Amino acid sequence: MIPEFGQLALALALCLALVQATLPLIGAANGRVDWMALARPAAAGQFVFVAVAFAALEYALLNDDFSVEFVAAHSNSALPIFYKATAAWGGHEGSMLLWIAVLAIWTMAVAAGSRSVPQEFASRVLGVLGIVSAGMIAFAFFTSNPFTRLTPPVTDGNDLNPLLQDPGMIFHPPTLYLGYVGAAVPFAFAVAALLSGKLDRDWAKWTRPWTIVAWIFLTCGITLGSWWAYYELGWGGWWFWDPVENSSFMPWLMTTALLHSLAVTERRGIFKSWTVLLAIAAFSLSLLGTFLTRSPVMISVHAFAADPARGLFILGLLGLFTGGSLLLYAPRASNFEAEGGFQLVSREAFLLANNILLVSATGAVLFGTLYPLFIDALGLGKISVGPPYFNVMFLLPVLPLAALVGVGMHSAWRMTPGQLLLRRLRWPAVGALVVGVAAPFAIFGAASALTLLAVTIAVWVCASSLLDPVRRLVLRTGAPLTRAQMGMCLAHFGVGVFMLGATVASAYNLEFDVSAKPGDRVEAGGYEFVFRSVRSVQGPNFTADEGEFELLANGKSLGILKPQIRLYQVQRSPMTEAAIDTNVLRDVFLALGEPLGADAWSLRIQVKPLIGFLWLGSGLMALGGLVAITDRRYRVATREARSTEHVEQPAAGAA
Amino acid sequence: MKKSSWLFALWLAWASMALAVDREIAFDDPVLNARYQTLIREIRCPKCLNESIAESGAPVAADLRREVRRLIGEGKSDDEVKTFLSSRYGDFVLYRPRVAPTTWALWAGPFVFLAIGGVVFWRILVARRGQSMDEDQPA
Amino acid sequence: MKMLRYVVPLVIFVIIGVFFAKGLQRNPNYVPSPLVGRPAPTFSLPNVENPDAVVSSADLAGRVALVNVWGTWCIECRHEHGYLLELARAGVPIVGLNVRDDRAAAVEWLARLGDPYVGSGFDPEGKAAVDWGVTGAPETFLVGADGVILFKHISPLTPAVWQRDFVPLLVEHCREAKCPFLAAAGGG
Repeated sequence: MIPEFGQLALALALCLALVQATLPLIGAANGRVDWMALARPAAAGQFVFVAVAFAALEYALLNDDFSVEFVAAHSNSALPIFYKATAAWGGHEGSMLLWIAVLAIWTMAVAAGSRSVPQEFASRVLGVLGIVSAGMIAFAFFTSNPFTRLTPPVTDGNDLNPLLQDPGMIFHPPTLYLGYVGAAVPFAFAVAALLSGKLDRDWAKWTRPWTIVAWIFLTCGITLGSWWAYYELGWGGWWFWDPVENSSFMPWLMTTALLHSLAVTERRGIFKSWTVLLAIAAFSLSLLGTFLTRSPVMISVHAFAADPARGLFILGLLGLFTGGSLLLYAPRASNFEAEGGFQLVSREAFLLANNILLVSATGAVLFGTLYPLFIDALGLGKISVGPPYFNVMFLLPVLPLAALVGVGMHSAWRMTPGQLLLRRLRWPAVGALVVGVAAPFAIFGAASALTLLAVTIAVWVCASSLLDPVRRLVLRTGAPLTRAQMGMCLAHFGVGVFMLGATVASAYNLEFDVSAKPGDRVEAGGYEFVFRSVRSVQGPNFTADEGEFELLANGKSLGILKPQIRLYQVQRSPMTEAAIDTNVLRDVFLALGEPLGADAWSLRIQVKPLIGFLWLGSGLMALGGLVAITDRRYRVATREARSTEHVEQPAAGAA
Repeated sequence: MKKSSWLFALWLAWASMALAVDREIAFDDPVLNARYQTLIREIRCPKCLNESIAESGAPVAADLRREVRRLIGEGKSDDEVKTFLSSRYGDFVLYRPRVAPTTWALWAGPFVFLAIGGVVFWRILVARRGQSMDEDQPA
Repeated sequence: MKMLRYVVPLVIFVIIGVFFAKGLQRNPNYVPSPLVGRPAPTFSLPNVENPDAVVSSADLAGRVALVNVWGTWCIECRHEHGYLLELARAGVPIVGLNVRDDRAAAVEWLARLGDPYVGSGFDPEGKAAVDWGVTGAPETFLVGADGVILFKHISPLTPAVWQRDFVPLLVEHCREAKCPFLAAAGGG
């Protein structure tokens, strides 16, 4: 019964989404206050029914209802209870429901947070969100229903993919979706502006906090995915430029550009069409990700079971949302142009360069990702484009960009005297150059030109970002920093830290394949591994061979490492669980390979310097965003409180 | 040849982090071993869901790694190893696409984007330089 | 002129969209073999049943034949085995390539299920398989009398596949070469 309730709830949600998608927009165009006022209740109702549908799916999962096809395909009675719950997003249908649920959450948040915004505008924003919801719910309901019954039902399920039975699994998809789907909010703001024909600095002020929050989630989501792949997949890799990875990264790049472009629009009232285009691009790339993962267009380890019919539906949705918004953009964006001068050395110019370089980088990644598809569609054969291409082509715009970040942060609006910048940044620049060139040689003994360049730029970004906070907090000189400025410094510092980690971990990664028997001592990468034993262990739904190793450095014991090879009972696929000894400066990574006979095992040992900086840097970026937003909100809230005294209801009927 | 060795140098400096499932170190000579490690990350496993032969546990990946080892041991160059594999499995197995008429656009693309970006930057800057830098307009 | 730049994003999107629509009709998992249209690789392997005998390119010379990749570990190979026996009975010469397998298990398999092969080469390490661009099993190659590979099929060989893909090529190729089995094997 419960799954049927879920299905009914989904149908009702669709109806309400359709209401939310149509009436408020028509109302806004015609000045009908009663129709505009339907936006919030429709959104609220949609949220309730989507929640009911999601709860129904969880109910079926947690109660082992194997008469539901999705539960039978992705769960199992022996599955630990956490994973039964997270199996909701372990397959295509359920993850679509998660997508829809996350969108409903964002819509509610916008509905609640837009009380102080003119009604006409708010109803347009909610209306556009309604169109997105309606499209996605229709997609789920008609092509990817999670409540389909399995007749005859099976007694037990197929089990969740063992790769997904991991704590990281609990957090990565929802976090990523909160970011991914959150890009719909600035998109809705942008389309609402296009529809109303008006885009002013207030618009930028309203859009900015939502964008930052979505950006924070996206940053965390991508980082979690990368970290999870690193410790879970057993290969020590953290980024593969897989099409699905790229399709979460591109929205991040565009949302970052959007954040920065909004700063200019809010401050000077220019770059408006850039900002609108970036908002459309960010969400469109998000949808592209949905398309690539759920249609049989590209091969990826992340792809769900693909189906051309579903692919066509999503392509249609892409056409509607992206095509529709770009159709609005083409004639209307030129109306947004405004006067606002600036010089070559100015914050605006740096942010313009930022926009352009990020768009270049996104273009390069998109081009490389889609190129095999282009070639195949033209009948010119099958080729692959992988890390060798992306690593080079991505760095091309990004290294210069990082270098500019350090300078741009310190430049003033409209015009900055070059002398001033030089004076302020002279020491951090010199320091970065010295450290960047000397440190790799000193610590590692050798360095390629690219490594030196990247390390120098990374250190430069770190130094430049810390300049103002250090002056203010440690030296007690200089102007006080607002939260927004602190946030910016912190986030940019995070970028530098990340770059440092990525460069050093890539350039100085040490790997060894060895074979050893219990009792052997293996020396690798400056560490000693004492192979104590291998034994069989039993998990809740798997059996494993577990090795026990003692890790020593310079004779001192650093602890015990227990890598496993697991065999999950139901899916019978072997899974490597690597053992990692972590500290800030390096990871020591140990994985069991295969039994070689006569008690011997092949082992994979890696020493990865500064890989922790990847996660640390990303965390700092997200933290920076969080700090920045506490500033924004406060200012917005008080300004709202002051301005509500002057708001006349209704604003309807006016242009 | 010159361009590919430059790219190889870049790639070496930016070597990937994945790891082979081999039973022992492929080569005692660190230079050969480094070449081996780099090459196996540039060859795609022909039957996997987007993995290199370095990471894949599939039997065909193990076979191809063995072939790469053999060819390097015989003194073949990186290009010769890649040609050996692509003539049997197609260009599909090369993660670094060959520079050919079908891929000129691919390799040129990002440079073209940057160039266009540069032009756009310049044009916007020139336009904005001439505009008023007075107090911000309200709209 | 000013309007033009605002249309660019839309144009780019439409172009990409068209490619996606076309891409949905293609199969990204299908990778055509570069060996089709080229001379078959030379090989020489011990016969799986009789280690002293040799299965080699000589077995393909001068006649149209199939080369079938199989292994006892391959579940799908069982599905096509019955049809291979039928084809063999109709006179189609099938050379086997037994890849990554255990010799004893392979011999037992052939004894128990029947042997459609004129001979199966034993390739436990997949060395010949790499030369043929083999990624797994079952795979079947159609080799012409002149030694050129005419076609490669991945997945079990079924009557439908035979009729649709192999027979037309056989009919065309057998005009010059001789295919005594063609009528019996469902062609002509």
